Amino acid sequence: MQFIVQGYPAFAYTGGVAFDAKLPVVVMVHGAAMDHSVWQWQSRYLAHHGYAVLAVDLPAHGRSPGLARERIEELGSWIVGLLDAGGIEQAALVGHSMGSLAVLQAAIAAPQRVRRLALVACAVPMAVSDAFLAAAKEAPPVAFDMEAVWGHAKNSQLASSPVPGATLLGATRALNGRSRNGVLEADLRACNAWRPAQEALKSVAVPTLVVCGRRDVMTPPRAGKALAAAIPGAKLVMLESGHSMMVEAPRETLAALRDFLAG
Amino acid sequence: MAHSGPKTPHPDTLAVHAGQSPDPATGARAVPIYQTASYVLPDTDTAAALFDMETPGHVYSRLSNPTAAVFEERMAALEGGVGAIATASGQAALHLAIATLMGQGGHVVASSSLYGGSHNLLAYTLPRFGINATFVAGRDPEAWRRAIEPSTRLLFGESVGNPSVDVLDIPEVARIAREHRIPLLVDATVTTPALGRPMDLGAHLVLHSATKFLSGHGVVIGGVLVDSGRFDWDASGLFPTLTQPYEGFHGMVFTEESPTSAFLLRARREGLRDFGACMAPMTAFQILQGLETLPLRMARHIENTAKVVAFLASRPEVERVHHPDLASHADHALARRLYPRGCSAILAFELKGGREAGRKFIEALSLFSHLANIGDAKSLVIHPATTTHFRMDEAALKAAGITPGTVRLSIGLEHPDDLADDLGRALAAAQR
Repeated sequence: MQFIVQGYPAFAYTGGVAFDAKLPVVVMVHGAAMDHSVWQWQSRYLAHHGYAVLAVDLPAHGRSPGLARERIEELGSWIVGLLDAGGIEQAALVGHSMGSLAVLQAAIAAPQRVRRLALVACAVPMAVSDAFLAAAKEAPPVAFDMEAVWGHAKNSQLASSPVPGATLLGATRALNGRSRNGVLEADLRACNAWRPAQEALKSVAVPTLVVCGRRDVMTPPRAGKALAAAIPGAKLVMLESGHSMMVEAPRETLAALRDFLAG
Repeated sequence: MAHSGPKTPHPDTLAVHAGQSPDPATGARAVPIYQTASYVLPDTDTAAALFDMETPGHVYSRLSNPTAAVFEERMAALEGGVGAIATASGQAALHLAIATLMGQGGHVVASSSLYGGSHNLLAYTLPRFGINATFVAGRDPEAWRRAIEPSTRLLFGESVGNPSVDVLDIPEVARIAREHRIPLLVDATVTTPALGRPMDLGAHLVLHSATKFLSGHGVVIGGVLVDSGRFDWDASGLFPTLTQPYEGFHGMVFTEESPTSAFLLRARREGLRDFGACMAPMTAFQILQGLETLPLRMARHIENTAKVVAFLASRPEVERVHHPDLASHADHALARRLYPRGCSAILAFELKGGREAGRKFIEALSLFSHLANIGDAKSLVIHPATTTHFRMDEAALKAAGITPGTVRLSIGLEHPDDLADDLGRALAAAQR
């Protein structure tokens, strides 16, 4: 489904059914140099189970044109702009990694537009190593390898996949490899730079879920625990997974989201 | 600044472990053979979600099976792809690739140096269903370009063709494929991921007859199709089967579901579902047993082949040996560049004395088995003109580098001195 957000076309996958704004809306936001398809095993289910799903492609990602945003504040306002474009008063926001920062920022800036907030593989701050940033700038294929390898639990390359016949790292690597020039670098810079005040986190009043991977090396579980402790009333779910729980633990990730959205 | 990437497992390690975790139910270390047709659906909601691709999992073994999935994931890891589909044979993998990409009116450009079975499918069988092929000299980039028509949807060649052991210039043909917004499919049966990975050279899709070196012991028939996930179907605009709503699956647009896995989604959800050429779990187990030793075996196959090639090249009864190890082979330099660890345990040679000498030679061998296969632990021999390639006319035979005196060998894992002794005896017998 296409929208015009901040003057540019924006694509959102609706889960294989027509978008019906009368249903509770769930906006799902991907991470760095990814697209809507990271939610493949959650978005389609939710869309067939009573939700109006918009799994977006952020600007310059997937099917959405435009320029990559270098600040999380801009991504947050883009999400609010998407709600405006869709005539959506309020939505549940679900974000992964960089996307979790974007939806958190949206909830801080426009709390009245957010019904519920799910932060999947989130850390605040989300510091990015100098080596990763430098590779994203100067040697993107090496940075894509880093995102694929560090983005999954350590044993993932030698483990069976929950999706029969699919490699756990392969899709991440291939999706990263398709990203436009400079997008990964811009995304990582945005993640690295966002440092909200602790008071901002404490001000989040919408029901919040934090989903962590016990074997996540990019946003480690201790960061998820600290985040859940900082947001009043936030619920924490710990999964046996690395950073890419949507493919590493697709059913468990869905169950956590489904229970939270229904609550 | 030099950037060092993260450490990843070596191919030898992937060959033993990739795609498998110890069985969660029993702790079994070996891959269990899930000899089951179907899978219990825990509740009606999960059942509906599985059928509608809202959640991943197994439904019915024609679509997926846990043992076959280990093989698929191991091959995808070894080849560097996003995923794979195990098929009933290498031929089934080729058919699945073509049927997923095109229908009536589609066109394939293929190297003329193909396995006889692939040539049959493209030259005789698929035209009956409205899909046609043009065969080109694999070494001539301009021939590939000239053969591409508006309806062409696939370029296809073998990494190393048999029997003349010509090497496909994958980087060059992949470049032509990209120029025309169509994918390149490489049959890498002869090279295997132990000698080279076509996707690293630019190929978009890879298939294998797993009957050969992957399983390695001549005990099963199987195939596999691997997708790199790198071809942009949407940008190409030539593949409505992947980019337009599919009535056969709730109007699903496969590239919308997953731009990187669209091809495999359609191949599994349509091709395996409807054509049904899936791999049996026992077959997958047996191929996996072989795959664990693939890097070890290929090294020995190549080492033995080098010795046999040198032996045959030194014999007066032999007119000519076809193998890229030899400086006289047209692809000698290309093979060194693309496959530094060696490229083929298959070789062909011309015997002095033509067809009659060939007959005597084959019948005098005792260690080499006379049969239609390659890639066994045992050394094999065949006369292509009267067997594997007998449906080809003279022009097609010539294009494939086959003469009435061509003998093809597949070098096994025996001691190379024993192989040379057997060949020496038979060469002498052929001249009597």
